[in-house]
Amino acid sequence: MTTSTIPATGSPCESCPAHHAGNLKRLGVDMGNWDFVVALAGNPNTGKSTVFNALTGLRQHTGNWPGKTVTRAEGGFAYGGHRYKMVDLPGTYSLLSTSMDEEIARDFLLFGQPDVTVIVVDATHLERNLNLTLQVLEITDRVVLALNLMDESRRHKLRIDDRRLARDLGVPVVPMAARYGEGRPELLKAISEVATAKTVCKPRRLKKQAPRIQQAIGQLIPAIEKLFPDLPNSQWVALRLLDGDSQIAEAILDGRIGQLQRISETLPGQDSTRARLLEKTS
Amino acid sequence: MIQKNSTAAGVLELAEQLRWQVGDSFHQELMESIYTEAAQLANRAVTQPTDKPRFDLDRTIDRIVTSRRWGFPLMVLLFTLVFWITIAGANAPSSWLATMLIGTGQPWLKQLASSVGMPWWLNGLLIDGVYLTTAWVIAVMLPPMAIFFPMFTLLEDFGYLPRVAFNLDSIFRRSGAHGKQALSMMMGFGCNAAGVVATRVIDSPRERLIAIITNNFALCNGRWPTQILIATIYIGSLVPAYLAGLVSALAVVSIALLGVLLSLVVSWGLSRTILKGEVSTFSLELPPYRPPRFWQTIYTSLIDRTMIVLWRAVVFAAPAGVVIWLSANIIIGDASISGHLIRWLNPLGILLGLNGVILLAYVVAIPANEIVIPTILMLTVLSGGIAGIGHGAGVMFELNSDSQTLSVFQQGGWTLLTAVNLMLFSLIHNPCSTTIYTIYKETGSKKWTLIASLLPVGMGLTITFFVAQIWRLLAGAGF
Repeated sequence: MTTSTIPATGSPCESCPAHHAGNLKRLGVDMGNWDFVVALAGNPNTGKSTVFNALTGLRQHTGNWPGKTVTRAEGGFAYGGHRYKMVDLPGTYSLLSTSMDEEIARDFLLFGQPDVTVIVVDATHLERNLNLTLQVLEITDRVVLALNLMDESRRHKLRIDDRRLARDLGVPVVPMAARYGEGRPELLKAISEVATAKTVCKPRRLKKQAPRIQQAIGQLIPAIEKLFPDLPNSQWVALRLLDGDSQIAEAILDGRIGQLQRISETLPGQDSTRARLLEKTS
Repeated sequence: MIQKNSTAAGVLELAEQLRWQVGDSFHQELMESIYTEAAQLANRAVTQPTDKPRFDLDRTIDRIVTSRRWGFPLMVLLFTLVFWITIAGANAPSSWLATMLIGTGQPWLKQLASSVGMPWWLNGLLIDGVYLTTAWVIAVMLPPMAIFFPMFTLLEDFGYLPRVAFNLDSIFRRSGAHGKQALSMMMGFGCNAAGVVATRVIDSPRERLIAIITNNFALCNGRWPTQILIATIYIGSLVPAYLAGLVSALAVVSIALLGVLLSLVVSWGLSRTILKGEVSTFSLELPPYRPPRFWQTIYTSLIDRTMIVLWRAVVFAAPAGVVIWLSANIIIGDASISGHLIRWLNPLGILLGLNGVILLAYVVAIPANEIVIPTILMLTVLSGGIAGIGHGAGVMFELNSDSQTLSVFQQGGWTLLTAVNLMLFSLIHNPCSTTIYTIYKETGSKKWTLIASLLPVGMGLTITFFVAQIWRLLAGAGF
């Protein structure tokens, strides 16, 4: 896991496989043998459901209306010889509070262990959207950032340096205008590259904590890692415990946290434990 | 010294000890550090435009539609317009559908049935029961829904609904409910079961229960046709013809507003009695206005909303047709089953300013509010024995104009009071069985499901009772 380059984004060329529409075979919800699970996360009303529809060909109703999706919607698509199951999560501003929709999103990211998490962000409100992005990056390291609503940000005359953002966050960034299908081939390509580990992300983890907190985390992480070696997100688990998150405490007690590490050891997409876990969390 | 044993309980114990050290402000500081980093990253990536555009359309629209002075009147005006278009536009296609499905289709099917030698009871059950009920539901519901839903969806996609929630938020908060209840209520105007599911956005269980219990006061699309029909033929007929459409639309809007008022009053009552507690704060995002993609919106709202709602109505109407036909044709002693029930319910109905037929129809229609009007019409003909309309017991008949419907109601002993109280009772009664089941699934509690089901019907009986008494008092003599 030491690739130091993050691929440049948004540079389509005619030879790219992304431009062969035949590669994209829409499957609807019929997903017998999927290879990868892709989760769609993001703030409310950033166009997750629109991205979902653009990739799966389903017509889930999309509204200009924060909180439209309160349950999980699922669909699928095939690309580059692999079959992807896509899960549209409820929109949330953070993963730290306790409302039911935020819990659904967090539990899925944590216990569903998606192969790729696509975070859909509103390019016109980047700062607020990055709050959630940073939290997701604490949980999982296989992330693609879909910089959606580029059409609106152009209307507002904002200039967004997506390459710099990709370097800073350590994950691929794809500028999109999902309503018009703009950026869809690039997003598909980025998803498949992260899923097949062609792109290895080095996500930015939170660093700017007060020394007092850093010290507490420093004590807690070794204890957690001793109990669960290879846990991909021990800093996040430590932060949650310090915040008094009773559900994470429960997951440590009943060993569900431990199951996460065993999954991350196996090859992506070839594990039946994951399928069962996915059912459990639904 | 901290014990660092490598058991799960040990880790939790260590975490608990460290929590004391980091103190109460941990959550705050964690959020702050996330915000700081997000701000830095965003600053590096985004270049703001050098000169701000002089005219910001979104902000200008928002300043008007959420203003203290114009927010509410505009809202009422907009919804009145939507209903007026619905009422005015649905009339012609509805009577055309009725003529085609019932006026022409039903006799043709009858003829076909007798030509293949179908026994009278099967013929009656299938054609007079199942087919006619279903045809009636389609004729009454399809045109208004096909006009109302696309308009509502366009408003939704444009971004107007969150502004409505914004306008209503402060009133909801003052009544002790969560401001987001305004959002779940807006969903309830489509379907209460969907509205109940939408309360998941509310994080406090107390406020979520209030939102679930009061969602039923949002007039759902199964009840819009009842309101629209009764308002058109009774309220609209009180004024000159050129005003009729507008006045009927205003009557429907007032009923919907009364529903909003009731949900506020009940929220207020609940939050001061069995569901006491603090009001929690939240942030409500006003999304940018987005031009809706017109044709796609029309397509999705026709396929997703209209067809799904219509299908549900048809699925419930067909068996209801069987029940109605059987209850009207199985004779016990001196009358049919429905005849006995109507006679038994009538004294209570009259006391409430309604009648036995309406009460029985509401029992039959528990699975779906959509079939109330067809059931009432048929039962009225049966119990009144109106000559010349319909074709006998258990037959729903052709009523291809509103004036004909009115004459049936009048011969059934209806007055303006009956119409007003029917509109009120349609707003204030128990949720349909789908919603009740959804409430049970969402709350997981029999107690709250029972309260959510019985509270509105209790209120409906009380309110119609008092309206009837006051009405009769004012009118001088009894009706």
